Amino acid sequence: MLIRYLSQIGKYFLMWKEIFNKPTKWSVMKGLIFKEIDDLIIGSLGIAAFISFFVGGVVAIQTALNLTSPLIPKYLIGYATRQSIILEFAPTFISIIMAGKMGSFITSSIGTMRVTEQIDALEVMGVNSLNYLVFPKIIALLLYPFLIGISMFLGIFGGFCASVYGGFGSSANFIDGLQQDFIPFHITYAFIKTFIFAILLATIPSFHGYYMKGGALEVGKASTVAFVWTSVTIILLNYILTQLLLT
Amino acid sequence: MIEVKNIEKSFGDSKVLKGVSTIFETGKTNLIIGQSGSGKTVLLKSLLGIHTPDSGTISFDGRIYSELTPDEKRELRTEIGMVFQGSALFDSMTVSENVAFPLRMFTHNSKSEIQDRVDFVLKRVNLVDAHHKLPSEISGGMQKRVAIARAIVNNPKYLFCDEPNSGLDPNSAILIDNLIEEITQEYNITTVINTHDMNSVMEIGEKIIFLKNGLKAWEGTREEIFRTDNEAIVEFVYSSNLFKKVREAYLKE
Repeated sequence: MLIRYLSQIGKYFLMWKEIFNKPTKWSVMKGLIFKEIDDLIIGSLGIAAFISFFVGGVVAIQTALNLTSPLIPKYLIGYATRQSIILEFAPTFISIIMAGKMGSFITSSIGTMRVTEQIDALEVMGVNSLNYLVFPKIIALLLYPFLIGISMFLGIFGGFCASVYGGFGSSANFIDGLQQDFIPFHITYAFIKTFIFAILLATIPSFHGYYMKGGALEVGKASTVAFVWTSVTIILLNYILTQLLLT
Repeated sequence: MIEVKNIEKSFGDSKVLKGVSTIFETGKTNLIIGQSGSGKTVLLKSLLGIHTPDSGTISFDGRIYSELTPDEKRELRTEIGMVFQGSALFDSMTVSENVAFPLRMFTHNSKSEIQDRVDFVLKRVNLVDAHHKLPSEISGGMQKRVAIARAIVNNPKYLFCDEPNSGLDPNSAILIDNLIEEITQEYNITTVINTHDMNSVMEIGEKIIFLKNGLKAWEGTREEIFRTDNEAIVEFVYSSNLFKKVREAYLKE
């Protein structure tokens, strides 16, 4: 069992080497990158915005409802919303949601190409199929921090709306809380995490799709396995990065 | 010409190819036939470089595949056209884009030159109205013709076909067989077809290699297949009453 996991990890890193080997013609690659940006980033904006806005609102309400003592200042709603959204919700939990959305899309599309011999067709033609299929996804996901930036903004905006229009505090209190004890490095920390998660989101599902064997049923299984492994890796790296960067 | 010398291939404990040697001749349709599990797909995939044989050599007009550098292998692969069993067309591309794909990847031709070549090969495979359709919008027979067009668009020296007429109605199957035979002769290609369709054997089998249990059990032409006494091939080909009668009629003549 352990040997199997180790061999899979080894195969994953060997895949990295192959991705950058023999690049596809730039004129073709350019089109592939734009298509992946459209599928992976633009296509995920709606769901990321929707979730961020409402979860931001829920964070604000939950915080407000727990402020039972009159000694605790009202600006804490804005402060707690900012911290939760910037430090964890936007970079980590949106990434786990994206492991389900983008990850299953990547695994199933590459897995279907494997099952229907389209990857064999690329290889027989002399195309480096890993470069052709995975490299554009990595480049497209370099724009993932842009998605997370929008998620941060909308999460805080959702918190603001819930707090102000829900009657839990004034807008001045909320904005005051947003500015309270602001540490700019927290933004850097969040985007370092986001960048690393983006690389994982592009490559782990691709790995599971590319090396899958079998038929349609196995494509579904590979998507599930890819989601589980991407989520587990994100959670583990989140812990390690937090330990390294914030302590 | 492709020369295969004593190739062996195992998967785990199972030895699939047990020392196969043969020559696939240029300008001829060379057929690999055999029952399921006889090793014909593994032989074809070894020729394509998808499987690496455990021992033995495969040479393409004198170029021994295992001795080529990675760049030379890629160069050689641009000389190969392949028609997959399920056509393996790219789902997200139109017919025209599928056929143009090898040209976009490996040539520096202008857009208009590529389009002219695509139009020419699609006309050659009798598909003139399907340019903008997606593979999912055309029939299985048309998909096979698109796959053939894509395989020949780059003027390959070697054409490989894996069960090219499987899943097709008899008329479409004969059309595909005849198209492959015509293209082979017209462009002087070394064509290797993996099939267990006896109609194809009788129609276009200029050279036939019969595999049984990973070994070459028989080799000859479609005319010789009628006269052979080789038990293995007789048992395989003439298991159908129709072909028994065809053979009897041929021998009477």
